[in-house]
This record gives sequence, structure tokens and C-alpha cells, in this order.
Amino acid sequence: MDKKYGAYICTGCGIGEALDVDALVSAASGQGMQPKTHEAFCGAAGRQVIEADIANDGVNTVIVCACSPRVMQDQFNFGDDKITIRGNIREQAAWCREQPSDSKSEDTIKEYYTEVAQDYIRMACVQAKKTDMPEPFKLETMNKRILVMGGGIAGLTAAKEAAKAGYEVTVVEKSGALGGKALGWTKQFPTKAPYSELVAPTIGALVAEVEGNAKITVKKTTEVARIGGAPGNFSATFKAAGAKSEWDAPAKVGVDEQDRIAKGQMEDPNAGLKNYMEENPDAEKYGAVVLATGWVPADVSAFEHLGYGANSKVVTNAEFEKMVKEGKLAGIKSVAFVQSPGGEEHDMDFPYCNSVTSMVALKQAKYVREASSDAKAYILYQHMRTPGNMEMFYKGIQQDDGIFLTKASVTKVEAAGNGCVVHAKDTLLGEDLELDVDLVVLAAGMEPTTKHEATINLAYRQGPAFLDLDLFDGYSDSHFICFPYETRRTGIYTCGGVRKAMNMEETIDDATGAALKAIQAMECADRGVAVHPRSGDQTYPEFFFQRCTQCKRCTEECPFGALDDDEKGTPKPNPTRCRRCGTCMGACPERIIGFKNYTIDMIGSMIKAIEVPDDDEDKLRILALVCENDAYPALDMAAMRKHSLNALVRFIPVRCLGSVNMAWIKDALSSGMDGAILLGCKYGDDYQCHFVKGSEIANKRMDNIGETLGSLGLEPERCAMEQIAITDYDKVPTIINDFVEKIVGLGPNPFKGF
Amino acid sequence: MTEQSPSGTGAVLVVGGGISGLTAALEAAEVGNDVFLVEKNPYMGGRVAQLNQYFPKLCPPSCGLEINFKRVKSNRKIRMYTMTQVKSIKGAAGSYEVSCETAPRYVNNNCTGCGACADACPDERVDDFNFGMGKTKAIYRPHEMSFPMKYVLDKGACSGDTLRIIKDACKYDAIDTEMQPKTFTLNVAAIVWATGWNPYDPTKMTNLKYSESDAIITNMQMERLAAPNGPTNGQILRPGDNKEPKSFAFVQCAGSRDENHLEYCSYICCMASMKQITYIRERYPEAPIYVFYIDLRTPGKYEKFREKLMADKNTHFIKGKVADIIPEGDGVTVVAENAVTGDKVKQKVDLCVLATGMEPAIKAQAASLGLEVDSNGFVVSNADKGMISAGCANKAADVVTSAQSATAAALKAIQAAK
Repeated sequence: MDKKYGAYICTGCGIGEALDVDALVSAASGQGMQPKTHEAFCGAAGRQVIEADIANDGVNTVIVCACSPRVMQDQFNFGDDKITIRGNIREQAAWCREQPSDSKSEDTIKEYYTEVAQDYIRMACVQAKKTDMPEPFKLETMNKRILVMGGGIAGLTAAKEAAKAGYEVTVVEKSGALGGKALGWTKQFPTKAPYSELVAPTIGALVAEVEGNAKITVKKTTEVARIGGAPGNFSATFKAAGAKSEWDAPAKVGVDEQDRIAKGQMEDPNAGLKNYMEENPDAEKYGAVVLATGWVPADVSAFEHLGYGANSKVVTNAEFEKMVKEGKLAGIKSVAFVQSPGGEEHDMDFPYCNSVTSMVALKQAKYVREASSDAKAYILYQHMRTPGNMEMFYKGIQQDDGIFLTKASVTKVEAAGNGCVVHAKDTLLGEDLELDVDLVVLAAGMEPTTKHEATINLAYRQGPAFLDLDLFDGYSDSHFICFPYETRRTGIYTCGGVRKAMNMEETIDDATGAALKAIQAMECADRGVAVHPRSGDQTYPEFFFQRCTQCKRCTEECPFGALDDDEKGTPKPNPTRCRRCGTCMGACPERIIGFKNYTIDMIGSMIKAIEVPDDDEDKLRILALVCENDAYPALDMAAMRKHSLNALVRFIPVRCLGSVNMAWIKDALSSGMDGAILLGCKYGDDYQCHFVKGSEIANKRMDNIGETLGSLGLEPERCAMEQIAITDYDKVPTIINDFVEKIVGLGPNPFKGF
Repeated sequence: MTEQSPSGTGAVLVVGGGISGLTAALEAAEVGNDVFLVEKNPYMGGRVAQLNQYFPKLCPPSCGLEINFKRVKSNRKIRMYTMTQVKSIKGAAGSYEVSCETAPRYVNNNCTGCGACADACPDERVDDFNFGMGKTKAIYRPHEMSFPMKYVLDKGACSGDTLRIIKDACKYDAIDTEMQPKTFTLNVAAIVWATGWNPYDPTKMTNLKYSESDAIITNMQMERLAAPNGPTNGQILRPGDNKEPKSFAFVQCAGSRDENHLEYCSYICCMASMKQITYIRERYPEAPIYVFYIDLRTPGKYEKFREKLMADKNTHFIKGKVADIIPEGDGVTVVAENAVTGDKVKQKVDLCVLATGMEPAIKAQAASLGLEVDSNGFVVSNADKGMISAGCANKAADVVTSAQSATAAALKAIQAAK
């Protein structure tokens, strides 16, 4: 687009008093703009000034230097065919001034913060020149069919709900029947008040509904060999359950391993398999995938004191359910349900339990009582876990005289006669227990299928499985409290037992939500926009391949596995897998990756637009590249709380620290700036980065750049990274001041003025 | 005035702008549906905006809210109304006519958020966002990160010349002291009730003496004390005398699992207290903490979190329901019976936290709106009627479960709007 610029400098909200407006105007003039000023561009009169320029002069690129880009978006939105660039001279210049003191007069402070604002104005002008109008990415062929893996409650619910919203669905089930684990249940938990009676299974009705639904195709005794492609255009190869196929998903082969295989030093783990990039002409096309392959009962034989495996009268809850279903309770007059395996050592439930096993024990105790009126059930728990409305179910069970419930540390289960003796301590009865029972039932947990196999079987450069499974002991759960459906594989959502041990009610909600996310991913791909967290973003990374050196950094570092590659290692982008964080752009040493409105050249040029005095030792210049999601709002908030932000620092918001290309740091230091700091999210196991790996990767890159600086004769301490949460507004001014002090201590950049 | 959905197809109304409502609205809008989002407070974010951190990650809720607000701002499928409540509903699934009323904010869209009015305002009001701990000016932003970033006037808190003073202080003609309530009608196909929860009134448990001592606070008050933008800037100090407490007690199931109060389990309180123990530990590394509980409901992945806390030698877990709290000159004495040993426990502490549960916020209004609720006031979903409940309007739940439930509700609403 041919850009026609209009620059607007707001003097309201104290800007006009705190800063030298003439100097601000001259900063924009220096960039070739003829800025207008107004005391409230956000108000009706102010907007009219801008709208008149749009109407009369054909302005299509609006540069608003006023408040933070976090506010007033509506007021400064002039339509889809206009570009708006914001310069933050309110929160991060006028509002964050220091208080005058003996060492700094009002005039000096005004001068310093006017220089801050001048730089933000220059940067906004440069950004306006370097940005482009986004054009959404469109797939050549768009598929809006959903693949559901797993035919249990979760998968069937996802299929049914998606079909009800009008989408076609294929359900793939490994076994010969739909229904999953629920087929083995005699009864279900109640889901409605008064929560007193068990309910007849509903799985039959659900199976019938799915099988009779014209929008749903069911493939039984079938497995997914591999899934390639991307949202809107996934390509799934099926195979007979348990069979081997040349289309099985290839194992991950890293860059080093690739080398060793090529040199014959290592066996190719994927020998006999089709290359991961090869397209199967017989594969079926899907727009999104729901993984609902559920769980398998956990092995409890490691708890030797409980005797499972050695003692035939000790069974798991899953086995007991089967006994009931098969009518094998005859002669069983007393059953002990053991909830926690730790004895006196600890009071945790069996692994992989969640609260489900507490409720299962209550249900199964009822089975015992219903089978025979003189039978007794003992539930030995450390903590009875019946959250929410399930408490009412628990309360109902407590009314039954034949069900004994007590907190207890079960120390041993011994075989005795035709049954067992259960030894327990720390009970609510005030004495140690020895229970003679016919059968002991252990509350074994539910291990996710993703703990044992790749399951999702992706033909991706980064391997066939979900990443970070170890963070949740193999569950393919989201790491975000607020965003429970996030995975690192765009367009693929998990629900049910693969992500948490959950009961049926929870599973139905979870699967319905997963169906929504699958639909949403397809619709976003169709519109050519990003999904969470940059929902609606029309830009995507574009590559200038002629200069690619096949270093593979982008393919390795992408947190979402968006990039595949060819035999030579040239990346193959999958824009609908991309979340637009820009980690690839940050990774690229050749600087060949960029977005329409976010490029290495753009930020680099903005950095170079910062005026660096070369003869004033009091006016050092420090660059801060700041995560726009968390650290940048924290800076705004610091200003609102009337903290001052150091006037030597220039803040530039970035999509994610992962997008920070080290070229920018070099740009800053080679143009005479004295230091550079990155402010981004917490990393590690409890990471807070919305793009999962961005801040962690940035930190590694900063470590490496330290070495580079050292070789140039610059102190590595001139570069740093700090982890900032959005609520660190009271701390961030000090963190910045500490860094500035360190730079002041090091003295000016020796390259200044060169 | 009647608002149609911009595209003319079935729109979705989401009632409540907390984490559940925001999630339901955004998930539906990002599929492509038109959404109206109404919130009764002057700000979005609901209860989670008042929380200091989420368990078990100990991350700040404002981080996710910031992303969600950004999604709302950039999505033209969503129309958002603050200070707005549903008054009545007519029609049936597919074509509801919903009458809404917006209370006067007394501040119009000219507001730039500059704060000159508050600086000039001589009057104060009780800070309800901080549960009465501290005050704000009579013209105020509910909290620093509040969205939309506009001031709101509590006219009732103004005396004498205050209205004139604040009007004069505003350069942008943003204060309209004569603003009237505004009613309007929305035509929608389905309604998602994401009206959330209120903390159970602690004064109802007379044995726990909430109103008799400043040394007794609720768990939500603890969130505000620990929050960096709270009344104490994140210091945990005893209300009243601002003393640094040297010892703490947590009273679990304060109202929950009790047929005289809330018969259900409120789901979050065990983990909330575990989380709050980390707040205390960060500030008072050695202070003794006593937790009185019936069961510790920290299932699944939360067990690891609990294990870490239980390893702390100064944190004591006592299985036993608290029978009585006795206010003392300096602090309180918590009385309970240890259910395992049978011993009577009397523990004197400086600050006592009641782990109060959640009550559905719509409870009192549900009948007048014709909503189907269960015996505890939770809204029963009826997808066929296009009436769907999400999050804690549906049942007691944590944030993860609420967000799942809200995402599911978005799909049910979309189905009804087809």
C-alpha cells in the first residue's frame, strides 16, 4: 500500500505540562512528519482532526503519540484499511517522571523525559514507515472435518457435540466397540440432586446416538498411523489396530542424530518408515483433531505391603468393577476399600487418582451393599475426596450402617483363610484396626495413554508426541490455568482421561469444550487468522528462502512445531500451525524471517532511531526489549502507581522475548547504546510465557551473546535478562535502576560515536 | 433501544464478565458468533481480578486477564457492557428478548483515565474491591488494572461541593453527574449464565465470631492483603492494628460441607489455603501456621503441591472441625477437637483465616428471571432452551474447571444459535 502518514501528538493527561511539546513536535518533524497536536485526540474533537486528515488528505497510516497502546484501541481504530501506530508518551514518559530533588531540578527532569518521549515519537514514525498491511494466509484447500481419536465417553461426546454444531466428524476406535471403559460399569455416579442413588449407565444411549448420526463416521478396530499437515489440512493415515505400517509416525531425529545416521554411526530409528514429510495419497483430510484416547489402569504391584499380585484376594477398583459386572460377588460379605498406599509414611492417594477414586470407592461400597443386605464395606481413606456436589453423594453413603468409613493409615494386608486381614493405624476410632474381610480393593489410579506411547502420532519435524508430558507425569494437560485447552500442537486438543483423571460429568464438559476449540481452530484457519494467544492476528512469518543457510534453528526452536523441513534442512512453514510469537524470527541468524507488521529491520530501525548523545556521560542510553503481554503492562502500571521509570532507558514492546533477534542487541550496542536488557516472563517448570518457551529461549540467546560481546571487547554484563510478572509493577522500577547503575558503573560504551 | 447482532444471525448473550463469562464470550466470538457480554461491576474480570495468585502455579490472574482483555478489545464480534444487569427475559430458544439496564457510571466515554478527578476529590468511600479493607476516593478506578480503564463515581459518597470540584478537575468533560440508568433490549438466540459466586457470608457462622474480631479474616480478604495492589501493597498485616502477625490459623470448611450452611463442598478452599500458606511463608518464613481441616481435598496433581507444604516443620495440620473461635485482646484462640487423637485443641494465633466457600451469585435473582436452579441456587443448564450455565454459576469449581465449563458452554450456545 502507498502510505500517507499523519502524525498526532497528544498533549492531554499531563503530557503538555510534563514534557516540552515543541521538542516533541520537532522529533516527529525530524522524521519527515508534520505532526498535529491536540489536548485529547481520544475525544470526539480530537478524533475529528484525524478523521478529517483521512478524508481530506488520504491519510492511511496514523501515528498517534499519546497514551499506552494498551488503552483507547477503539478510539484510534480508523478501519481495517488504515494502519495505526502508537507511541507511548503518556505512561512511559509523562507519567513516570522522577520527582524533582536537590540533585535534579524540574527543568532537568523535563529535559530528560522529553528526550524519552522524543525517542518514542521517532520510533513510532520509523515503525509506521516500516510496517505493512497484513494479508491473511489462505490454505489452498480447507477441510472442516474433525478427527476424534478414541471412542470412549470423551471421544463420543466430542463427536456428538461437534456434529450438533454442524460439523462432520470421524471417530477412530482401537477396539471393536464404541464406549470405552464405561462399557464395564454396572452403574454411574449420580449427577443431579439429591445425589443419593447410583444411576443406570448412559453409555449405550451415547453409542447409539453416535452410530446413528449421519454426520459421524465411525472406524472401529482402527488406529491412526500418523497425522501430518496442519490445521485446516491435516492428513491422517489409518491402519488396522495393532498392525505395523510404513506410514507409522517416525520417531524424532534431532540434528545431531541426523548427522550420525548420515555417517553410519547410528542406526536410523525410522528405517522402513516413510519420511515424515512424505504425503500419503490415501490419507484422509481433516481440519482439526481431538485426542481422547483415555487412560489405562495403573499398576499397583509396587506397593508390596498391600499384597497385590501375590494375594488373589487383593484386586484393583477396575477389576472389582468387572467382577460386579460379571456377577461374581456371590459369597463376598465384606470388602475393604483402600484409598492410600502410604501406610504411616505419607497420606497421599495412589498415583494418578485425582478425586475419582474416592467416588469410585463410594460407588463400589454401594454395590457390595446392594448385592447382599448383610454384607459390609469398609472404606479406609486418608482424605475423602468428593469435591463440589459429590459431597452430597458422600453424605448419603454415610447414612448406610453397612458402610464403615474411617481415616486410616493402612500398614499391611495379609492373606488369612479365605480372605485377608487389613492392618491400619491412626483411625478415627481411637485405636488400631485389624479388619477381617473377604476381599480388598485398591484404589488404583488412571494412567493417561500419553504416558505410555506417542498416541497422537504426528509426522512433525519435532517428533510424534506432545511435548512437556513429563511436567504432568504423562498427562497431556495444558500448563495454563486460564487456558485449559492450550497444547503446543495447534489444532489438536485433548480431553478426558488423557489429561486428567476425571469423572463422567467432568469428561462430558471437557470433551464439549475440546470440540469447540477444534471448530474454532478450523474457522480461524479458514479466515487466515491466528488462534490463542494472538487470536485474530492476520500476520504470519514469511521467509526469504534464497538466503536460508539451513541452520535449522527455527525448526528446532519453534515452541509449536510449526516448521517442518526438507532433506536439506530448508524450513517448510505451516502457517496454520503458527501462533505468531516470532520465535523463528528471533532464532534466524540470517534475518530472513519476518511478519508484515513486525520485522527484524523494523525493530532494528526503531532502535537506530533512538538518539544517542555521544559526548554526554550523564546521558547513557539503555535498550529494554519488553514482553508486550506481561512486562510492558507492568511498566504502564508502575507509572500509574506514580513510580518513576529511569529516563536513560528506552522500552520497546515485543511479541514475545522469543522473537528478539540478537541482531537488535548488536544494533543497539554498535549504535552507541550502553546496555540492553530483556524483560520477559518467568521460565522453568512453572513458566508463565504465553508462548511456552519464548523467555527461556531468549535467556539462552542472551547467555551466548555475552560471549560474543566479550570477544568484541565489551563487557558481557552490558546485556541481561530479567523475569518480570505482570504484577511486578512495584518492583520493576528498582530492577531497571539496578541494571542502569551497573551500566553507569561500567561507563559509556567505548564504541560510542564510531 | 434494541440491539441486533451485527450480522443478523443468532447472537449469544453472556451474563457475567468474570473468567467464565470472558472465556465463554471469547470462545464463541472467535468461532465467529456475535456475542453480547454484560457485567454488573464497573470492571471486567470478576472474582479472579481480586485474587493474588492462582494455585498451583502461583501465577498472577491479571496475566491471563490481560490476554483476555486484549482478545476482547481486538474482536469486533463482542459488544461489552459494564455496570449492566439483566432485568427480564421474554421469548424462547433462538429468539430471546432480553431487557438490560445499565446503571449510571456518571463518567462518560471522554474519560482518559488521567486521574485528575480522583486527585481533586475530597471524599472517600469504603473499598468494596478490597472487602472493606481501606478506602478509595468517591470517584475511583476499582483497581489499577481495571478494564475498561475508566473512572466511576459513587455519587452517594459525595458531600457538599464534591461533585462540582471533581467536574472542575476534569478537562475532558467526562463527568456527567446527571447520568440516568439506561435500559435496552438484546435479541439473542441463547444465553450463557456465567454469574459466578459470592463468598459465603462469614457472619452466618456465629461460632466463628467473624464480626467480633479484626484478627479473623476470610480467605478472599487474605488474597487482597497479599496482592501487590491490595490495601497493604502486598504486606500481610492484621486489619485494625496493622500488626505483623506472628502466628496464623486456617479454618477449613467455614460454612461448606455443613447442612446448616452450604451442604456441598466448595471445591477450591483446600487448595486456596495451601496457596495462602505460600503467601505467608514468603513473608514470614518461620511463623507457625495451624490448619484445621476435615479432609484435605488436594487431589491429583495438587498432591505434590501439598507434599511440599506439609514438609514445613512450622506448619501443622490438624484433622478436626473448628468448634469455636474466642476473640482475645491480641488475636484469637481457635478451639477444635483432633479427630485422630481425640484431644481438645486450643490454639492461640494472631491472625485467623476462615476458608469460606462459594455461593452462587445469581441465587436471589434466579426466580425472577425464570431460571431453573438446584436446591443450592446453582443454575441448571438446559441446552434445548438455550439456557446454559457456566463456571461457578453451574457448580462450585476452580478456575481451570470453570474455563473448561465456559468453553463447553460456548459450544452449547453456538448450537442453540444455529
